[in-house]
Amino acid sequence: MLAVLLGPLLWSVPIDEIDFTARLQGPSWDHPLGTDDLGQDLLARILYGGRISLAVGFAAMLVAVTFGVLVGAVAGMSGGRVDAGLMWLTDLFLSLPQLPLLLLIIYLFRDALTQVVGPEIGVFILIVIVIGGFNWMPVARLVRAQFFSLREKEFVEAARALGASRLRLVLRHILPNALGPVIVAATIDVAAAIIAESTLSFLGLGFPPDIPTWGRLLFDAKDNLDFAPHWALFPGLAIFLTVLSINFLGDGLRDALDPRRVK
Amino acid sequence: MNDGRILDIQGLKVHFATDDGMVRAVDGVDIGIDRGETVSVVGESGCGKTVTAMTILKLIAMPPGRIVAGRILWQGRDLVPMGPEQMRSIRAKEIGFVFQEPMTSLNPVYTVGSQIAEAIREHEGLSRRAALDHAAEMLRLVNIPNPSRRVHDYPHQFSGGMRQRVMIAMALSCSPKLLIADEPTTALDVTIQAQILDLLDEMKQRLGMAVLLITHAMGVVAETAQRVVVMYAGKVVEEAPVAALFARPRHPYTQGLIRSIPRLDMAATEHRRLEAIPGTVPSLLHPPAGCRFAARCRHAVEACRAEEPALRELGPGHKAACIRADEIA
Amino acid sequence: MTQYLVRRLIIAIPSLLGISVILFTVLALAPGDPFEELATNPAIPPDVRANLRASLGLDDPIHVRYLSWLLAMLRGEWGFSFVSRSPVADLILQRLPTTIAVIGAAQLLALAIALPVGIYAATRPYSIFDQIANTLAFVGFSLPTFFTGLLFILLFSIYLDWLPFVFRTQIDATGWRWWWEQLRQSIMPVLVLGLFQGAAWTRFVRSAVLDVIRLDHVTTARSKGISESAVTMRHVVRNAMIPVVTLVALQMPAVFGGAIVTEQIFRVPGIGSLLISAILANDTPVIMGVTFVFACLVVFFNLVADVLYGWLDPRISYR
Repeated sequence: MLAVLLGPLLWSVPIDEIDFTARLQGPSWDHPLGTDDLGQDLLARILYGGRISLAVGFAAMLVAVTFGVLVGAVAGMSGGRVDAGLMWLTDLFLSLPQLPLLLLIIYLFRDALTQVVGPEIGVFILIVIVIGGFNWMPVARLVRAQFFSLREKEFVEAARALGASRLRLVLRHILPNALGPVIVAATIDVAAAIIAESTLSFLGLGFPPDIPTWGRLLFDAKDNLDFAPHWALFPGLAIFLTVLSINFLGDGLRDALDPRRVK
Repeated sequence: MNDGRILDIQGLKVHFATDDGMVRAVDGVDIGIDRGETVSVVGESGCGKTVTAMTILKLIAMPPGRIVAGRILWQGRDLVPMGPEQMRSIRAKEIGFVFQEPMTSLNPVYTVGSQIAEAIREHEGLSRRAALDHAAEMLRLVNIPNPSRRVHDYPHQFSGGMRQRVMIAMALSCSPKLLIADEPTTALDVTIQAQILDLLDEMKQRLGMAVLLITHAMGVVAETAQRVVVMYAGKVVEEAPVAALFARPRHPYTQGLIRSIPRLDMAATEHRRLEAIPGTVPSLLHPPAGCRFAARCRHAVEACRAEEPALRELGPGHKAACIRADEIA
Repeated sequence: MTQYLVRRLIIAIPSLLGISVILFTVLALAPGDPFEELATNPAIPPDVRANLRASLGLDDPIHVRYLSWLLAMLRGEWGFSFVSRSPVADLILQRLPTTIAVIGAAQLLALAIALPVGIYAATRPYSIFDQIANTLAFVGFSLPTFFTGLLFILLFSIYLDWLPFVFRTQIDATGWRWWWEQLRQSIMPVLVLGLFQGAAWTRFVRSAVLDVIRLDHVTTARSKGISESAVTMRHVVRNAMIPVVTLVALQMPAVFGGAIVTEQIFRVPGIGSLLISAILANDTPVIMGVTFVFACLVVFFNLVADVLYGWLDPRISYR
């Protein structure tokens, strides 16, 4: 992860430098991770792709968490029919076939959006919103559950008795207490978003071909597996290691925050 | 040694390994029960009485728990070295167990009938049909109305008191010679508590088994037991026939327990306040040297903190572990 | 029980309707006109196009359009593929069995891994077996299916040359040989999908069993003198299956997502690869149809999970 952030400073080979004399080479000193069919340096492309994957992951997580906290807080605070309706919506979204819908939405909206803001930003916004829009449900459930258990607790009762306003109650007393589980869910969301983005790119339906995201690299590499395995291995490993470390982080956080942990 | 003695716990020590070190939950306990006798073990929560009871049937988690020393003689045979297979033939068949929490001690996904029948089929080798009939018979015995229909109901269809009756029926289903009841009434309403105690008494009269009743309520002891063992911080501090104990408690801890029983005949004008024992049970991780009760004892002197007092005979069947037992009672 | 089933069925209907509303909204909001193809085709005069639009009700108010669209979907009139000109329903029906077979086999494999491993690991928490199983499960579900798929092809098809890496619809062989070839080409897709699910489920099973194993009723069961294996199977695993079923049902959308990727990698002729090729060819009716089928499958499996749930937990069906 560090390498992805600092990468551009350390490895300055341009991602689109085409060198036909060095096509499909395996790892070497000039190109530590080898090159692709146009002789482009894979290390540089993986580092660049990593920044996109991480950016998508974090941005989509922010969308998901914001929306999830909002829905969960409204449901948890109001209760009754509003709560029932919002939870029905949450369950509905949970049972949607996400990948087909993701593909459908991107297929339908991609051209229109790229016309307005350009191909890269357009696809970025679209992917972030759509992936985020399909990942908010666990956060919403968590926040709602926290609200239900917390709003009966003594200190919230005490604040209410002291005449604290509803909004103040939510912002000052309940949300900070619900933060722990939400952070864990947000961590997992980043991993899910990175996988979702890579999947889209891998299916050839993500960012435009000239942007080397990790999934795109794999997509390009999969037809050359028999003579250039390194091309698929390194981006794949990059995704795997990133997701693994984020999941580990999430798991560690969960253990650290879970008071009923068994030893 | 007494021939009528059915269970004889000698010098039992049970330790638990935790992150912070070794917890000496039971630290050298002797308890004996005669055939057909009701013995009550009393003490605050955390004094080791539940662990002692669970250890008899080896129901504590091992690890982290471990029997470090002592013998548990059941009809002359030591249970401590026994393997799991032999223990299985003792459980339910010879020693029945009733747990504290009737709400969570039954499996929610099976009918009560099949849960009672499970023990019967295991030990008596009856068919499913016959075992279920026997289960209905047991429900009738513990005064559950409509037993032949109720065997097909699930635990959530029973109230707390009714579930405890089911638990008792289950523990008695293989006619054990000893029934261990671990705080069987603590989780129940006061009116139900009396019913369950009466039921235990009735069962005892009818089936003639011995009962080991674990409780923290002195009132329960007075009503049901013949002999009382008082435990404090993993040790036995006093043991006596019930009448002798209430007439003349010798250990300051027992005195405190008896004083903390609310009494109806205590007039408000009498200016005698209901007394609580100050402080809490000491850590069993690093028990203090000397008498473990010294820190909370109003009679404590320098000598109490120097050496751990041993149980000594003070009257017929009456023992206490206090160096000042003769002066203070 | 019957009452409970009927109730669950009735609850499933609004979910299907909700999904159809979402689908339709996405479609209606999408910029561009499904008749763009026709519009750019100079051979079709504008008034014919207008008639066609009117006959399809494209100029009606939105709720009328939704109702007629929904009715058409329910009647199985899903239109014709722009590319192959054959009815969408036929295309999907042709390919659905393959998808179901691959997913089904993968789920069986996942169960066969997750149940024994999860239970064994949970009954010996923090043992060496548990730690190895835990680590492998963690690695397993952090490995995206598209990468495992490529790794498998690299290993089994390219280096070892044991298995074919392209799925063939037509196998020119009969009898035993046909089955053998079918098996050989199904191994990798099923493994990829099954291992991924198996890893996730192992964690579910382990944590559910760990949660149940410390409950009071397990001690009660032990006090009855029944064998340790009977305690584990009857009183721990049986109860732990209740939360596992819920979690597995929540995973169903992800399973179908994985199936799409897997079909794409191994060129399995199922509805997942149909969806991808339809998207690449701008074949709107097929895209809609496949998405709707996926939605129905998810709702169906949720229903199955509900039934299982009611059967596993007597407290539910009495409520």
